[in-house]
Amino acid sequence: MAENNRAVLKLKEKFAASIIDVVEFRGEVTVTVAKDAIIDILSFLKQSLQYNLLTDLTAVDYLGKKEERFMMVYLLYSIPNKDRLRIKTPVSESDCSIPTATQVWETANWLEREVFDLFGIDFDKHPDLRRILMTDDWEGHPLRKDYPLQGPDREPYKGRLS
Amino acid sequence: MGVDNPLGENIITTSLDALVNWSRKSSVWPMTFGLACCAIEMMATGASHNDLDRFGIIFRASPRQSDCIIIAGTVTKKMLPVIKTVYEQMPEPKWVIAMGACACSGGIFDTYSVVQGIDEALPVDVYIPGCPPRPEALLFGLMKLQDKIMTERNSFGSAIGMGERYIPEAA
Repeated sequence: MAENNRAVLKLKEKFAASIIDVVEFRGEVTVTVAKDAIIDILSFLKQSLQYNLLTDLTAVDYLGKKEERFMMVYLLYSIPNKDRLRIKTPVSESDCSIPTATQVWETANWLEREVFDLFGIDFDKHPDLRRILMTDDWEGHPLRKDYPLQGPDREPYKGRLS
Repeated sequence: MGVDNPLGENIITTSLDALVNWSRKSSVWPMTFGLACCAIEMMATGASHNDLDRFGIIFRASPRQSDCIIIAGTVTKKMLPVIKTVYEQMPEPKWVIAMGACACSGGIFDTYSVVQGIDEALPVDVYIPGCPPRPEALLFGLMKLQDKIMTERNSFGSAIGMGERYIPEAA
């Protein structure tokens, strides 16, 4: 069970106040933590628990579904321990920024640029926060749930008229 | 001919336009420009089984040496400026083939990032439907383009700076 997971035990021991939730689903352990402790927790996981690979970093838009709109997701892998861990942290729309993880994993550079590009979440102290997929002059962030699917300059498709 | 025919069967008469059009349609050199899965069918059409070379169609890797561009695939808004630049680098006369549903209309990608048909940016001569079109369809489209080239008038005059090339409306 998730409670007996080695990483979860260590995290609970060290960051008890910052852990919001621990879930295990089909063998995948997810730990939701508070935003202000995220870099401390990620550094601890890398330095002490050998989660040396940041597999992916992404975000989810819970517009109208949750109080805090965005959820950052960090998918970690420990090559020596062959173990995966998912760390989540909520990010509110009013304070739509989070410290960069590039100081922990260099890989985070482009992944965070992608999240910035498509969700509009700012990464504090990111070395090169530019759009990576959309053109430089693009307006808006396409993966936000309130972004019109067919683009802001088009009448939305309302189904077949005939 | 009602005149003496001293050269026997070694001479034919034609119009300059027909000669120029015939030579143009017999050496359509398309720009290699694959954008998505349609490019795979385009390559298959160029390969030995369908063999575009028998039409004098030779893919060129430079727009400076091309007179046709086959838009083979989904055109994203990010790719559009590149396609426009390549098209502008091609010398006149030049033709555009929109290959596949995406190039014709955006296809299934009715989204913010995809151009809803390359005809928003370039003057398309032949539309080839299909997702992706089979090599036979691309061949048919290229033959349609050849037919269209044969209908052009003042091809020679416009080439030497006398007036404009006249392209009749499609029937």
